[in-house]
Amino acid sequence: MSHLRRGHPLWYAYVLHRVSGLLLALFLPVHFWVLSRALTAPQDLDAFLSFTDYTPVKIAEWGLVFLLSVHFFGGMRLLVLELTPWQPWQKGWAAAAVACSFFLSTTFFLQAI
Amino acid sequence: MEMRLYLLQRISAIVMAPLVLGHIAVMIYAVQDGLTAEEILGRTQGSVLWALFYGTFVVAVAIHAAIGLRTILHEWFGVRGVALNGFAGATCFGLLAMGLNAVAAVTVTP
Repeated sequence: MSHLRRGHPLWYAYVLHRVSGLLLALFLPVHFWVLSRALTAPQDLDAFLSFTDYTPVKIAEWGLVFLLSVHFFGGMRLLVLELTPWQPWQKGWAAAAVACSFFLSTTFFLQAI
Repeated sequence: MEMRLYLLQRISAIVMAPLVLGHIAVMIYAVQDGLTAEEILGRTQGSVLWALFYGTFVVAVAIHAAIGLRTILHEWFGVRGVALNGFAGATCFGLLAMGLNAVAAVTVTP
C-alpha cells in the first residue's frame, strides 16, 4: 500500500491505518500496566480510574476508541481487498471505515459524559 | 519468513475482529455510570469466559502489534536482520507477559 501516490484518498487510508496501529501499540503497555494494578494495588487502580471523570481524559478516551475502531474497520477493508476479487464499490470502504469509527467512538463519548 | 509473518498478521487480525467489536461494546456499556475498580472487577473476577476472551485477545494482539511494529521499523527506519527480529520477538514477549498479567489481575479471584 505504501506505493500509493501521496495525497490520494487511499494514501490517507494507508497512513491512518499505520498511525492508528502505531499509537495503539504504544498505548497497550500502559493499558496493561494500569489493569495489572488491580492485583497488586487495587487502590491505585481506582485512583487511575478516577482520572476518567475529567473531560480532557474523556476526550482522550474518545480518541483511543476512534483509533481502535478505525484500525479495525481499516483492517477489515484490507482483508476484503486482499482476499476477495476487486469490486468498484470497495473504493468507498475507506470513507465508510472513518464514518463507522466516528459513529462508534462518539457513541462511547456520549455515554461517557 | 516474511510470508509466514504476513499470514500470521492476517490470522491474528481475523481472530481479533470479533473480540475488538466485543471490547468496544463492553466499553460503551461499562462507561455509562463511570469507571470504578469495583464495577470492572465485579464483572470479570472469577469469570472463565472473560479470562478466555481477554486471554485470546492478548495473545492475538501481542503477535499482531509485534509484526506491525516490525514492519514500521523496517520501512521507516531501514532496520533489518537480527536487530529487527530481536525487536519484534522482544515486543511480542513483553506484550504477552504484561497482557496476560493484566488479564490474570482482573479475572483471578483473590
